[in-house]
Amino acid sequence: MSSRDTVLASVRRALGVSGQEAPRRQEVADRIAGHPRGIIPARADLPHAEQIELFKRMVVGAAGSIDHLADPSEVPGAVAAYLRARNLPLSVLRGQDARLADLPWSSEPTLDVWIGPSDGKQLAGLSHAFAGVAESGTAIMVSGPDNPSTLNLLPDHHLILVRARDVVGTYEEAWDRLRAAYGPGTMPRTVNWITGPSRSADIEQTLLLGAHGPRSLHILLVGGV
Amino acid sequence: MSVQITSPRFKDNARHALDDAPLQAALSKVGPGFIGRRTAARDLLPEFDALRDSARDIKNHTLAHLDLYLERFEAKVKEAGGHVHFAVDAAEAREIVTRICRDRGAKTVTKGKSMVSEEIGLNDHLVACGIEPVETDLGEYLIQIRGEAPSHIIAPAIHLNKDQVEADFRRVHTHLPPERNLTEPTALLAEARGELRAKFLAADVGITGANFLVAETGTSIIVTNEGNGDLTQTLPGTHIVLASLEKLVPTLEDVSQLLRVLARSATGQEMSVYTTFSTGPRRPQDLDGPGEYHVVILDNGRSAMLAGQLREMLRCIRCGACMNHCPVYHAVGGHAYGWVYPGPMGAVLTPSLIGIEKGANLPNASTFCGRCEEVCPVRIPLPKLMRHWREKEFERHLTPAPVRYGLGIWSFVARRGWLYRPATDLAMRLLAMAGRAKGRFASLPLAGGWTKVRDFPAPQGGTFQAQWKARKSGRAS
Amino acid sequence: MPSPSAQRPPLVGLFATCLVDTIRPSVGFAAATLIEAAGCEVEVPRQTCCGQPAFNSGDRVTTRALAEQTIAAFETFDYVVVPSGSCAGMIKTHYPELFVGEPDWMPRVERFCAKVFELVSFLVDVRGMTQVAARYDGRVTYHDSCSGLRELGIKAQPRLLLGSVEGLELSEMPDADVCCGFGGTFCVKYPDVSGAIVEKKAANILASGADTLLAGDLGCLMNMAGKLQRMGKDVAVRHVAEILAGQGDDPAIGVARKAGS
Repeated sequence: MSSRDTVLASVRRALGVSGQEAPRRQEVADRIAGHPRGIIPARADLPHAEQIELFKRMVVGAAGSIDHLADPSEVPGAVAAYLRARNLPLSVLRGQDARLADLPWSSEPTLDVWIGPSDGKQLAGLSHAFAGVAESGTAIMVSGPDNPSTLNLLPDHHLILVRARDVVGTYEEAWDRLRAAYGPGTMPRTVNWITGPSRSADIEQTLLLGAHGPRSLHILLVGGV
Repeated sequence: MSVQITSPRFKDNARHALDDAPLQAALSKVGPGFIGRRTAARDLLPEFDALRDSARDIKNHTLAHLDLYLERFEAKVKEAGGHVHFAVDAAEAREIVTRICRDRGAKTVTKGKSMVSEEIGLNDHLVACGIEPVETDLGEYLIQIRGEAPSHIIAPAIHLNKDQVEADFRRVHTHLPPERNLTEPTALLAEARGELRAKFLAADVGITGANFLVAETGTSIIVTNEGNGDLTQTLPGTHIVLASLEKLVPTLEDVSQLLRVLARSATGQEMSVYTTFSTGPRRPQDLDGPGEYHVVILDNGRSAMLAGQLREMLRCIRCGACMNHCPVYHAVGGHAYGWVYPGPMGAVLTPSLIGIEKGANLPNASTFCGRCEEVCPVRIPLPKLMRHWREKEFERHLTPAPVRYGLGIWSFVARRGWLYRPATDLAMRLLAMAGRAKGRFASLPLAGGWTKVRDFPAPQGGTFQAQWKARKSGRAS
Repeated sequence: MPSPSAQRPPLVGLFATCLVDTIRPSVGFAAATLIEAAGCEVEVPRQTCCGQPAFNSGDRVTTRALAEQTIAAFETFDYVVVPSGSCAGMIKTHYPELFVGEPDWMPRVERFCAKVFELVSFLVDVRGMTQVAARYDGRVTYHDSCSGLRELGIKAQPRLLLGSVEGLELSEMPDADVCCGFGGTFCVKYPDVSGAIVEKKAANILASGADTLLAGDLGCLMNMAGKLQRMGKDVAVRHVAEILAGQGDDPAIGVARKAGS
C-alpha cells in the first residue's frame, strides 16, 4: 500500500467512513462549487467613494504610504517625485503590464524605466495590482509576465498602482473578480496579498521595517478622486 | 533544530528557566506586547467573535470530510502541474524532501519558517545528507546559528535579547569588519538582511511550511511579515511545501475567514504583511517563480487524533495566542516544554505526537486558568483536552506515585461522609492548635510542595460543618 | 428553574467547599449571613468534596462517585450556593460532562446544575442584591479567580457589592484577571512554577497600594496570602464574603488571633 493510501485509510478509519458515502461527497462538492461566504465585516460595507477612503486609511495604518492621483497620466510624475523625495536614483523596474506600458513615461525624461523581473539589484519596483481591499488596505497582486512576483519582494521600495475601480470592500469580492478572470478553481501561480512594508519583531519584539522584503510600500491610487 | 525530547524533565527545565535572568527579562515582554495588541485588534472588529465561531465551524467541517478534501487538493495540485507526496511519519517526510533535493543536485536550500520542519527534524537530516539548510525567518535564523529549538511557534527567538544576537552575529559573520556597530536592533536586522539576501538568490530549493492548503484550487498559503517565506518560494527552481494534513480548508472564502482571525490573534495586526497563495509551478510565460512545486503532506499521528476528543486540537491554526496568554509559558518560556510545540497547544499536541509517557508533564503543568481557551481563534477547549490527557495518564497508572497516593487517601475519605466529618474536624482542631501562635506554618509535613514557596495558613479551629451543627443545636435549645 | 412558593423564602443549601469547611469556617458563616440577608433560609446538609481535585487529576471514577453524592445531598434545595467560583464551576459546568449519554441521569443532573450558583453572583444576579450593610475601613484590591471569571462570568458582581461597603476604597491591581498560580494540585506538583506566578501576582497586589486583598476562592486566597506572608508583606487577605457580611474584624488568612480575643 502506498503512503498515500495508508494515510487516507487511516483518516477514514478514524472518521468511521469509507469515502464512498454519497451525501458526504455531495456536501464537499457543493461547498467547493458554492464557496459560501461566512461572516463579512461590516466595516467595508460602504459606498465606493468611502471604500476608497477606508482603503487609504488602512494602507497608512499598515505603515504604507499612498498618493491619490486623479489620472493615470500623473503616475510617471508621482514615481519620480517619490524617488526624488527619498534621494533615490531616478530608476524603476516594472513588468510588461500594458496598463503600465501605456503610461506617458516620456513626461519624465530623467526617469529610467526598466522592464522585467527583479534580480535583487534594483532599489525601486513598480507593479500593477489586481485589486485593492478596503477592509485591510491590502493590495492583491497576481503573478505573470505582466507583473513578476519578484518585483513585489526584492526591491527596497515597492510602488503599486491600484486603480480606484479595482478597490473592493472585502477579500470575498476580490475572489469573485479573480474567478471571473481565471475561471473557477483556477489560480495564477502566485497571488500575493500585500499589507504594508516588510517587517520583523524577532529582536526583543521591537518592530522594525524592511526585514527581507521592501522597506517601503507606496500605493499609487489612480482615479475616483 | 534538533528534536531531542526533554519534556520528561519539565520540572528541571522550568527551574533552570526561572533562574535564567536574561530569559526572564525576555519573557517579561511576552505578555504586555502580544496581549495588548491582540486586544486592540479584537476591539477594532465587532465581528471578531462571530468570525471565531465561523473559523471553528470551517475547521470542524473540513476535518469531518478530510479524506475527500485531501483527494480534491491532490487532484488540483496535479492539474496545476505540481506534485503531492504523502508521508506517514517524520522519517518518510525527511526522505521525500531529501530525495527531491538530491535529484536536483541541491547544495543549499532556503527555508521559510515551518513548525512541521522542526517536528520532523529536517535540518539535521539535510546537513547529514550534505545539503545546507538556511533558515530565513529572522527568528529561525537566530536559533539556527545558535543550534537551538524555537521557543515560540510564531516568535521562535523570543527568548533572546539583542546583546545575545549581536554576540552570535559577531561569532558567525566573521567575514564582516569586527569594528562594525551592532548596538541598534536596526543594524542587526540590516546585517541579517544582507547575509540572507545572497542565500535567497543562490538557493537551489526553497522549503516552506503552509498555514493553509486550499482544496478548491490546490493552493498552499503562507503568511509572513518579513517576506522571507515568499522569497523562499519564489526564487529557487524548486519549491517544496511541508504541511501536516489538518492544514486543509475547502475554499478561498473559507481561508479568508481564517485569515481574519489569524493575524489578529497572533500579532494583533489587521492582516499580516504577506499572504502568499502558491498554486503549482511557474506558468509557461512566467518570468519568475519555481519550475517545480511539491507538497509533502504529513500525518505523523494526526489521523489517529481524528477519532476522539483530540480531533478538536486539529483545528489549531498556530497563531500562538494560547502561549501568549499563558501564565505558565510567561514563567518558564518555550524551551522548558522540551520539544517543538510549547504552551497550551503544545501541552495537548505533544503527547499525541511523542506519546503520553514522554509528554505527561505538559498537560499537568497547567493551572487550568482557561485564558488559552478564552483567546483561541478556533475555540479549542485546551483545558478540557489537557484534562483528557490527565485521564489517559491516570487510566494507564502513569500518574506519579505521591499524587496517586495523596489523591487515593483523599478520595477514600471524601467518599465516606461518616469518616470525613470527624476526621477533618479532629485534624483541623489539632492543626489549629499547632498554628495558633503564628497563624500560619512556614513548613508542614507532607505539604512541602506548598510550603517550599509560601506559608500555609493555620485553620481557624473545628470544621465549618461541626461549628454550624453546634450553633444550630445551641440555637434550638 | 425552581419556583419557590410565594409564602416561604427559598431554601438554600450551602455547599461550603472543602477548604472553607476545614481551613476557614468563618467564610461559611459569612456566606450564610449574606444568603439570609438576601431573603433566603440556609441549611448546611452533610457534605464532603465536589470532586474537583479528582476530576483535574484524571480520576473519573472518584469524580463521578463524589458528584452523585453531592447531587443526592443537595438536589432537594431550591438553590445550592457555593462560596467559590471554582467549586461552583466544577458542579455547574463540569458535572454534566460526567453523565453524557446517560438518559437516566442527565435530566436530573441538569435540573440540579441549574440551581447551583457561586455566592456573590447568586446574591446579585439571582436575588437582585445591589448593596450590603457593612463597613470596612480599608483600601481593598480584588483578584478575579479564574474559574469564577471564565466559567461563570463573575467580575462585576463583587465590585458592585463592594462599592456599597462603607469606608471601603477599591483600588484595582494590574492584571487582576490573571491567574495567581494556585491551580489546585498544580501548586504542589509544580511549586517552582506556581511560586513564580504568585510572585508576579504579589507584585501586582502591592502595586495597587491596597492594604487588603479580596477574592472569591479560598484556594487562591491561601496561595496569595501565603506568598505575601513569605515575602514579609503586610497585606490582609480575606474572602470577599467576610467583608460583605461585616466580618472584617476576624483575623485575616494566616494571621493569629490576638490573645484574649
